[in-house]
Amino acid sequence: MPTESAGEYAPVQSRARSFYGRYERKEDLEHQTHFCPGCGHGIVHKMIARAIDDLGVQDRTIMVGPVGCGVFTYYYFDVGNVQAAHGRAPAVATAIKRSRPESIVIGYQGDGDLSAIGAAEILHAANRGENITVVFVNNAIYSMTGGQAAPTTLVGMKSTTTPNGRNAATEGYPLHVCELLSTLQAPAYIERVGLGDNKQIWQAARAIRRALANQVHGLGFSLIEVLSPCPTIWKMTPVEAQRWVRGVMENEFRLGVFCDRTNERAVSADLRPVTPDPALDDLPRILGVARERLPGSEAQAFTPGREIDLEVRIAGFGGQGVLLLGEVLAEAGLDAGLEVSWLPSYGPEMRSGTSNCHVRLSRHAIDSPLVASPVVLVAMNEPSLRKFDRSVRSGGWVIYNGREFPADCARDGLNVLARPFTELADELGEKRAANMVMLGALLEITGVLPQASIDHALARLVKNPRWVELDQRALARGRELYQGSREG
Amino acid sequence: MRRQLMKGNEAIIKSAILAGCRAFYGYPITPASEIAEAAAEFMPKTGGVYVQAESEVAAVNMLYGAASAGVRAMTASSGPGISLMQEGISYMAGAELPCVIADITRAGPGLGNIGAEQADYHQVVKGGGHGNYRTLVLAPNSVQEMADLTALAFELADRYRNPVFILADGFIGQMMEPVEFPETATPTQLPEWAVAGTAASRGNLISSLELDFDKLEKHILALEAKYRIACHRETRAEEWMTADAEIVLVGYGIVARILKAVTAEARAAGIKVGVLRPITLYPFPVAQFQRLALSAQVFAVVEMSTGQLIEDVKLALNGLRPVQFLSRVGGNVPSHNEVLALVRELARRAPAAPAREEERVANAY
Repeated sequence: MPTESAGEYAPVQSRARSFYGRYERKEDLEHQTHFCPGCGHGIVHKMIARAIDDLGVQDRTIMVGPVGCGVFTYYYFDVGNVQAAHGRAPAVATAIKRSRPESIVIGYQGDGDLSAIGAAEILHAANRGENITVVFVNNAIYSMTGGQAAPTTLVGMKSTTTPNGRNAATEGYPLHVCELLSTLQAPAYIERVGLGDNKQIWQAARAIRRALANQVHGLGFSLIEVLSPCPTIWKMTPVEAQRWVRGVMENEFRLGVFCDRTNERAVSADLRPVTPDPALDDLPRILGVARERLPGSEAQAFTPGREIDLEVRIAGFGGQGVLLLGEVLAEAGLDAGLEVSWLPSYGPEMRSGTSNCHVRLSRHAIDSPLVASPVVLVAMNEPSLRKFDRSVRSGGWVIYNGREFPADCARDGLNVLARPFTELADELGEKRAANMVMLGALLEITGVLPQASIDHALARLVKNPRWVELDQRALARGRELYQGSREG
Repeated sequence: MRRQLMKGNEAIIKSAILAGCRAFYGYPITPASEIAEAAAEFMPKTGGVYVQAESEVAAVNMLYGAASAGVRAMTASSGPGISLMQEGISYMAGAELPCVIADITRAGPGLGNIGAEQADYHQVVKGGGHGNYRTLVLAPNSVQEMADLTALAFELADRYRNPVFILADGFIGQMMEPVEFPETATPTQLPEWAVAGTAASRGNLISSLELDFDKLEKHILALEAKYRIACHRETRAEEWMTADAEIVLVGYGIVARILKAVTAEARAAGIKVGVLRPITLYPFPVAQFQRLALSAQVFAVVEMSTGQLIEDVKLALNGLRPVQFLSRVGGNVPSHNEVLALVRELARRAPAAPAREEERVANAY
């Protein structure tokens, strides 16, 4: 039992304040831990609790527990506790720290949890330089599940899944986590310590305290690997197990500091800008959805004398501006007070170079945004024409980018405007404006939208003023072409 | 009217932020990537957190962390990524953590392709992870609903302390339609159960672990009771022209839009057809199906999967009425004409004798 006045031994024997007095979350034996005699976890727990006490951060601390023998961190630590899935503690800790930067987040993981199933999570948390502290307890084995091989199991070491000893030829070599992570640029502090004797234990306590202090000072990612005895699974006495840490494990896993960037970080941490969160009232404006800030004018009082239900299919090669053509049309339709929809085909064909989209403009709510039988097909190349020309409604239009309309595509009831739109756009100074020449023709043919709405749509969608001017000329050219075709 | 033309995927994030979401953890995947891209742009500007995770496994566990800390958080992915997230979703349901997950479905199985499909129905609606849990599932069919149902999803997630899915096919994510957002942002409060790194929350624990068999059973039954309450209170469905419908078309997402177009055309031809669109896929709108079974002769399920939604429809109808089926998969969409042909075929067939049908309905109750 803790005694406050036990002289020079008091700091060692008293209970850390960050431990619970009784382990009430435990099913039974609430006065003792679930750890086996001689297990290193209890020692490491105590070091962490002491460090929390020393730094005065108990209220702020959140412990993220692993799966394995360390799973019950919440039995013991009188701090905020979150129990994570196997190997995922660094991901869980990342999110907690990012959203609660004032909290002190400790990830506690064993060697199976961290170096096998959670290898990706620890690597990337370290590489992002998350400002968290990870305590990595390495006992070279899966203990809780009964002694299966871990990535850290020594070559030749027997386990229930390496009954003849780990064979490097088939199972590889022990994974050196500190060495691996210290190749990264982001971590602030990485050290490996052991529990092999009292001297090592004192060093381990110092390292853990330092790793936690790093976080309190905002220095970045710290990881302490602790070589820890597991007498039960190793089938040794506690004394033998401790000796094995010192005499055998330590030869494979060198103790020491692998990375220390805390001096350079001490300055930069203070320089990080702190931006206050915006006011709630400001969010619609920041998101660009505040109604009074929407670009353009109020919906046009545009009341055409006839029913509008324009179904358009636009198709061509990627890079011809197929999707933008459709977007300008839909945006202008919305501006004119119509119901609109724009649906891109984003399928694999996009990757092989063709692209198409469906656009509907209607005075009524649009049921299906898919245009199965277009009133107008804008075909920017021959393959697109051949893919969709049969679907065009009788009485509908094909605006085709080609000098001549293929004879076998012609049929009764199909209106055609075939022109070399790319060349015509080139004459205007930019081949890529062919889409807008074709849109100009479409607008002139259908007559469903006022020019003002087109202007507004272009202003919203095209940011470069040079392109706006070019697109306007292209649209005008397209209108002329259709008018010219009627006169001719 | 002040509406903006916007992609469904973008509408999700804007609505989420207005609904108090302040953390997004994601991993890129077509056709959901615009959600992560919009989050990357807007989360930092609105006091939120955005992290591109190293995998969907990490992303969902980051979601677990953010939710543990009492933050409204979300992620988005498509089929293959959702498969990887199932572990974390099970943990979150077990630990009773709220979160919102958008699945913008593409075609599977395996890598499949990036075309739209609805074949994630089973893994999302039935729960793809281990253990006894459910997720609430909302199925938008327009860009406006992408916004509205995202806001609702955050409310439901908090109310039930459970993951809530937005399940939308690739078309609903990729298409642009006019959308309108609330004029004010929703203030949120730190939940009392959260582990927030404060003195007040120091005694809190987030965990899905319970060693004692009886205690775990009690926990599981408590979750189940919660889901039953959701079944009573949160079921949503849209009916369209069903009042006198003899044929009821059933579909969600983009399919429901096609069904409406077909219904309009079939009605013009004098066929009494209507649409029942489940908006909540879990809880499933069983009562609406049973009510329509009293008046309709036949139901026809149209889905972009090989028979997933139809299982719930058959369970809901429990044999009261025959159920027809039409499906396109692999990135294909049931065409207007295919559905119309089915409706015409059903209308041509002589309806079953009314007396016998009424008797069957009576027996069922």
